[in-house]
Amino acid sequence: MYNPNMALLIEGFQRAFSLLVHLDPELLGIIYLSMKVSGLALCIAAISGIPLGAVIGLRRFFGKGLVVSILNTFMGLPPVVVGLFLYLILSRSGPMGFMGLLYSPTAMIMAQIILALPIIIALSLAAVTSVDETVKQSAQALGATSGQISYLVINEARYSIMAAVIAAFGRVIAEVGAVLIVGGNIAGYTRVMTTTIALETDKGDFELALALGIVLLAISLIVNAGLHLIQKKGVRS
Amino acid sequence: MNRNLTVEIKDIGKSYRGVKILKDCSYVFEKGRMHALIGPNGSGKSTLLRICGLIEIPDKGQITYYENNHAVEHTIELRRRISMVFSKDGLFNTTVFKNASYGLKVRGTGFRARHGRVKEILKTVGLWEKRKQSAKTLSAGEGQRLAIARSLVIDPEIIFLDEPTASLDPANTALIENIIKKLIRDTHKTVIMATHNMFQAQRLSDRIIFMHEGELYDEGLTDDFFERPKNEIAYQFLSGKLIY
Repeated sequence: MYNPNMALLIEGFQRAFSLLVHLDPELLGIIYLSMKVSGLALCIAAISGIPLGAVIGLRRFFGKGLVVSILNTFMGLPPVVVGLFLYLILSRSGPMGFMGLLYSPTAMIMAQIILALPIIIALSLAAVTSVDETVKQSAQALGATSGQISYLVINEARYSIMAAVIAAFGRVIAEVGAVLIVGGNIAGYTRVMTTTIALETDKGDFELALALGIVLLAISLIVNAGLHLIQKKGVRS
Repeated sequence: MNRNLTVEIKDIGKSYRGVKILKDCSYVFEKGRMHALIGPNGSGKSTLLRICGLIEIPDKGQITYYENNHAVEHTIELRRRISMVFSKDGLFNTTVFKNASYGLKVRGTGFRARHGRVKEILKTVGLWEKRKQSAKTLSAGEGQRLAIARSLVIDPEIIFLDEPTASLDPANTALIENIIKKLIRDTHKTVIMATHNMFQAQRLSDRIIFMHEGELYDEGLTDDFFERPKNEIAYQFLSGKLIY
């Protein structure tokens, strides 16, 4: 029996594959911007988050339990809430409104940093905390300074830390709420994969949405495969 | 190198979560001697060893390192003149070579000098052929040999051994004991070893310090201690009657 919705879906898939096969410039532009925004956000979050997580994990200080609880809570920050807060800060009347960053890729990067940072800090912290105490004590007994011990511990936890970075990437590349609010979904400027999918689905033009959906799924698959490989290597070594 | 470092402890006390682990322990360790801290599990040997090795801080009392009768400050320079081997090997997740050379690397020793010294020690403990292997692939016995080699590479003046053969089979225990004899005792380093194995203590050490319930109960030359324990509890421990 003929089902018009099914036919629409099949046609959408056919056109999506055609866009992918022919390397449609619009499609490529959107993928490039997505990777650029999420990649930069991830780099900044990793550079600042890994040492911060290591420091919190290695030091003893008053209120550490509270800090860890807050970080764990922030790991599940709803992207729309992050988008809303950043919007209020970056909007013309907000404290950073004078910088004119709203509806720019920079604002999107800022939003994704806020989303990635707690994941990287909290998981790096857990990674360094799980390093065997005897390893730290052995380094100390062999004459390492506290800085050298910290470096060694981060190195020992490298596979878990890499997994933390990949988990954060999986979160930011797939989120839509925050980038939509602070990026505005401007074609050719702030339109990324997830916001395009939302917009095109709203319009009923499924081919571009489906093509991007396939790319997102492929990225997700690669990320998860990478995570699996890293974890396997970590267990084996 | 000037090898005049000695260590003395005075009134050392330590508690964990309200439980007293060490009670007023005082002792002067002799330079160039092998000391065995013996006693049943939970007698405080390992804690005392870690405190002496500057890995843990006591709640009370003093650990003083002396050189030519002058107290030496507890700086990183002092820590680099001593070393410790733990009952768990604590190996790093890298190659055998990099594990062995870590102590020299943190001291800023160049690769060439590191390579020569590490080669010499790894050959002695029979691990040179496995230098490129991940340390995590070694057997328990090999791992402990590497842990000892790693702490000897830096040529410490005082070495602390915390139950170095606790998790090993008799063959590996014999191998480790031979390494301890050859590379540590015969080079006249000051050694302080915690062990619950009294036969091992008898085989290796010059002096015995008997611990029970966080106190130093008895001490003496190894032969004297085993032949004529001065203390009733030490006698019970030696005769296997001490239930703990």
